[in-house]
Amino acid sequence: MEKIAIIGGGIAGMEAARRLLQLGHEPVIVEKSDHLGGHVAGWYKLFPDMMSARELVEQLAAGLDGVTVYYRTRVANMNRLGSGYSVMLSNGVNLQCGAVLISTGFRLFDASRKEEYGYGVYDHVVTNSDLEAWLGGAPDYRIPDNPASVAFVHCVGSRDLKAGNPQCSKVCCMTAIKQAIEMKEKFPQADIWCFYMDLRLFGKKYEDFYIAAQRDHGIHFVRGRVSEVSEDIDGRVVLKAEDTLAGTPVKLSADLLVLMSGMLCNEDTQSLARMVRADVDSDGFMRSRDNIYRINESNRPGIFFAGACTGTKTVPETVGEARAAALDIHNYLSGND
Amino acid sequence: MIDFGFGLSRSSSVKLDEVDLGLYHKLEALEPGVRVCMSCGSCTSTCTAGPWSGMSVRKLILNLQRGKDVEKMLSCCMLCGKCTMVCPRGINTRHLILSLCRIYGKKQ
Repeated sequence: MEKIAIIGGGIAGMEAARRLLQLGHEPVIVEKSDHLGGHVAGWYKLFPDMMSARELVEQLAAGLDGVTVYYRTRVANMNRLGSGYSVMLSNGVNLQCGAVLISTGFRLFDASRKEEYGYGVYDHVVTNSDLEAWLGGAPDYRIPDNPASVAFVHCVGSRDLKAGNPQCSKVCCMTAIKQAIEMKEKFPQADIWCFYMDLRLFGKKYEDFYIAAQRDHGIHFVRGRVSEVSEDIDGRVVLKAEDTLAGTPVKLSADLLVLMSGMLCNEDTQSLARMVRADVDSDGFMRSRDNIYRINESNRPGIFFAGACTGTKTVPETVGEARAAALDIHNYLSGND
Repeated sequence: MIDFGFGLSRSSSVKLDEVDLGLYHKLEALEPGVRVCMSCGSCTSTCTAGPWSGMSVRKLILNLQRGKDVEKMLSCCMLCGKCTMVCPRGINTRHLILSLCRIYGKKQ
């Protein structure tokens, strides 16, 4: 039985570990934080079924009986040894592995970098991730008790060349619509506004959400990117944008502004890549052997990928890739490749 | 009013939270389909009257959502119903126009 180092204990790492265990291998999860589940662990509900994120993480964790998990641990060094890899961890443990799965995920764009939106400066500006934590029950002083209007700004740090991130983060359109509906359900009297460049609703049932947001919840959609936000004397946020469908500048005073922060590559992943000379792609994410058929494979033997380390992904895509990676690793170790 | 010999041009900026949506809400009650418009422009491109009169159901809906008066545009519609046939969201645009006429109390 050969060990497999799984770097990153988010949903990709968890699902891959579970499947590798079922296939008779010995996966070891290396997790930098003190919990499993990554970003999803901090999420409240997942579109399109509004499944509880906590339930998903619990479900995945239930399959990990017998898997060694090192928490608060990082990979200190990693190099090729024989037909496998020697992985040295920050806790002093040295793993001899037949294969390595990189499932390090993504990092959320730091919304304060878009200074024009005033995150961390104005009182009532939060991110998608902050709002999700609040929806899940965490207190947040920035969110007013009874907002009369809430504005969502799409593409914060995504599709933004100047911020260094030309890629679309894929999930934020749907997240914004999901959160807009959740806010409308909490505050039926509130006007909810979404400012978008495009609505990219590509997945199963996503368009249904959009139609429901318009038809059943009366959420207002304005096509145009918010260019600047200020704060008025009452502490409300004042947004400026162009309504590009009407060709007129618009202004909106809102009680709460939610910024849909995008997904970026994780710098940790890039340093891992350097250790084993795996390729990093032009967008900063890991480079798969191809982006159609061999997404799980790196250019190095025995180094595999799963989830958002290779690009922005949805939860089902990530889980699906983790399963595929587990099978790829199984075949690789059995010489069936 | 004293004529100072100069004037100020009015701001074209629309204050979204201050617009009067009374007309739009009346229309919503009669034709709820108005809510699901996604501004694709199919109606406008197929409109028989559009190229000559500036008629555009897309613009009409958007103007209503921004609290503007649309009575003038309404009079350009010939009620041919082609826009209803092409709308991908299945909005009964012809009924929408007729409902607006009813609200304005002009055509029946």
